[in-house]
Amino acid sequence: MLYREAGQFKTSYSADQAIFPILQDRLFVIALIVLAFLAPVALAAAAPGLAQYLFTEILIPFLVFSLAAVGLNILVGYCGQVSLGTGGFMAVGAYAAYNLWLRVPLVNDLIIVFLFGGLMAAAVGILFGLPSLRIKGFYLAVATLAAQFFLDWIVARVKWLTNYSSSGSVAVGNLTVLGIPIDTPMARYLVILAVVVVLTLVAKNLVRGHIGRSWMAIRDMDIAAEIIGFRPLRTKLLAFAVSSFYVGVAGAMYGFLRLGAWEPLAFDINRSFAILFMVIIGGLGSILGSFLGAAFIVLTPIMLNQLPGWLGLHMSTALISHLEFMIFGVMIVFFLIVEPHGLARLWAIAKEKLRLWPFPH
Amino acid sequence: MRWGKLAFVGAALAASGLTFAGPASAQNEQFIPGLVYRTGAYAPNGIPWANGVADYYNLINERDGGINGVKILYEECETAYATDRGVECYERLKGKGSGAPFVNPLSTGITFALIEKAPVDKIPVISMGYGRSESRDGSVFPWVFPLLGTYWSAADIIVQHIAKKEGGLDKLKGKKIVLVYHDSPYGKEPIALLTERAKMHGFEFTPLPVTHPGVEQKATWLQIRQSRPDYVLLWGWGVMNSTAIKEAAAVGFPREKMYGVWWSGAEPDVRPAEDGAKGYNAAMLQHGAGKFAIHDDIKKFVYDKGKGATKWDEVGEVLYNRGMINAMLNIEALRIAQKKFGNKPMTGEQARWGLENLTLTAEDVKRLGFEGLIRPIKVSCADHEGTRAGRIQQWDGKEWKVVSDWYESDDKVLKPMVEAAAKKYAEEKKITPRDCSKEN
Repeated sequence: MLYREAGQFKTSYSADQAIFPILQDRLFVIALIVLAFLAPVALAAAAPGLAQYLFTEILIPFLVFSLAAVGLNILVGYCGQVSLGTGGFMAVGAYAAYNLWLRVPLVNDLIIVFLFGGLMAAAVGILFGLPSLRIKGFYLAVATLAAQFFLDWIVARVKWLTNYSSSGSVAVGNLTVLGIPIDTPMARYLVILAVVVVLTLVAKNLVRGHIGRSWMAIRDMDIAAEIIGFRPLRTKLLAFAVSSFYVGVAGAMYGFLRLGAWEPLAFDINRSFAILFMVIIGGLGSILGSFLGAAFIVLTPIMLNQLPGWLGLHMSTALISHLEFMIFGVMIVFFLIVEPHGLARLWAIAKEKLRLWPFPH
Repeated sequence: MRWGKLAFVGAALAASGLTFAGPASAQNEQFIPGLVYRTGAYAPNGIPWANGVADYYNLINERDGGINGVKILYEECETAYATDRGVECYERLKGKGSGAPFVNPLSTGITFALIEKAPVDKIPVISMGYGRSESRDGSVFPWVFPLLGTYWSAADIIVQHIAKKEGGLDKLKGKKIVLVYHDSPYGKEPIALLTERAKMHGFEFTPLPVTHPGVEQKATWLQIRQSRPDYVLLWGWGVMNSTAIKEAAAVGFPREKMYGVWWSGAEPDVRPAEDGAKGYNAAMLQHGAGKFAIHDDIKKFVYDKGKGATKWDEVGEVLYNRGMINAMLNIEALRIAQKKFGNKPMTGEQARWGLENLTLTAEDVKRLGFEGLIRPIKVSCADHEGTRAGRIQQWDGKEWKVVSDWYESDDKVLKPMVEAAAKKYAEEKKITPRDCSKEN
């Protein structure tokens, strides 16, 4: 009833091609973004302790991994190139950003630092995307796996990258954006939110435009795409570049604003798998799905771990962890059985239902 | 599609959003968070440590009714040795009850992350025997306490022991020493010290990394078989240790010439290697296996009441004792803080004062029932380590035997390195060091 588009007439092509052609969608997304910026600020004033946990452990990891998942979704979901090198590209972003921040004090503004991290990751992504011109599917996955191990190895071995730290672990501090110090959890959250909102908007527009269409053409049948005039070299490498840029920015934000001090292990192969699972569970080829998948993979284990505490059950720490693993595993299988196309597809079905409700035919 | 499923999905997502714990607050209870790992690849080593901590806190509550009447409320959180989960645990627990007075991260990676948070949250980080070696410099790291020795101290003690066996430090010239290490910040810590020592005494030092979790070491040991080093130092962990010992046996490297750090010197590390482990050595920083006066109290007040965290047979293992010592130092620091601030739950800032003024004389150690386990300790602003003594123990196939006297790590070597590293850290982070001569 609320969600009905009857009476919404489009009188121009631009109105018809808007990101959110339905008024309710548009209002909802605008309200969500405004809420995302304002509600935590209000909460921080009302309940600082709760707000801090919410920022540092729930919202910041959620947003950072959402951005990484958006990046990977561009490559896997839109362009059809399977990648297992996400952790490695995140590491490139983080370590490139760290080195710029450390060595060029003139430009230690976080936004520039993150952009640099993203650009370096994009360059490395193009390099490791080259094999995609010859190999496909599982074989490409193996090639990107090599990227993961190689990049992991580089950051652990080339001492210059970690500024000759005796343990190979690096740390950052005194961060600023436009001269404003970013030292509270709320400030860190707002920086991440702003970056994620802007980059998501760009991604959404990219995949709706001719670039996104060329990616999807390659994904659906690359020979046909080549015949109708898309150049595979440019299209595939562009997907690798854009995807790695997003992943690199996410990696830099993860290191700088989430951990503050990190080691190569923070970007190991498990990170790559986790982000690939986010994309698969959230929905391949869906920006919204990236967010839903990230929320599921990042937040569910934390919730499961705390659930016995809320219910007042006293269990040993080990038992809680084992239960967490088991229930989480069952949930993944369950979601993939009920909806192989991911959480985003469930959302789309819900929308279809809402349009007809309360009079389904 | 079916509404039921959608409702389920909605409920699951909504529940994911509701991940805040309701703080349980109580009057006059000292909340203490515990970051432990009872699962994952390193669980065999994490479990005894966590049991030792839990039992000691329990003992304080059961025997003394708390610290000067302030009951301990201890809560564990599982990190599985992952840095991000560890940081999440810390954030979840730091504000509970009376607030966390300190945190024991029990992982070098988590320690590095929390060192950055400590000055902001005003919660001291106690990294007993691990973490960042230069953090013993309290002028740059006021919130970090690597009590009872760092990895640099441990490596130095092993070098001294080897030198003694060879007949003096000058006899090390031309010897070949290999370090087989866990490829993580933990394993890389001793490299700086060993490189320095190699330069001083002219021995040939080769570090060989082993990737996590360390079950694949064939290539490493092949290299050792080819280069025939005189000694192998092992900075391993969990399953990596027993694998290394088995591989050493397979290539015929004498176990008597292998020296592990304290993380590579507990029962779970040698037992799987069975007879192959006989003769293997490890450095102890203070602690060792066996039962001491304190264990009688643990039996009487905890295990006889059926409140123990493990089986009585496992009490007194190396890492159990290590956990117990860690808990004891935590409690004594709080006790010292209470003398200044009153008998109530301590905040992070008050606990930090207690830690910085932590002094245990030989009588104190005896009174606490730890005689023979640890040596007197004195922490100060300039020295957050407290003591740098250690011994070497050897596995005889059944149990660990102490085979050396006490060694002190050589501060003539360590101090300049600590100062240089701390200075570099201070410059990187733009910290102005405190002047320790003006403190207290």
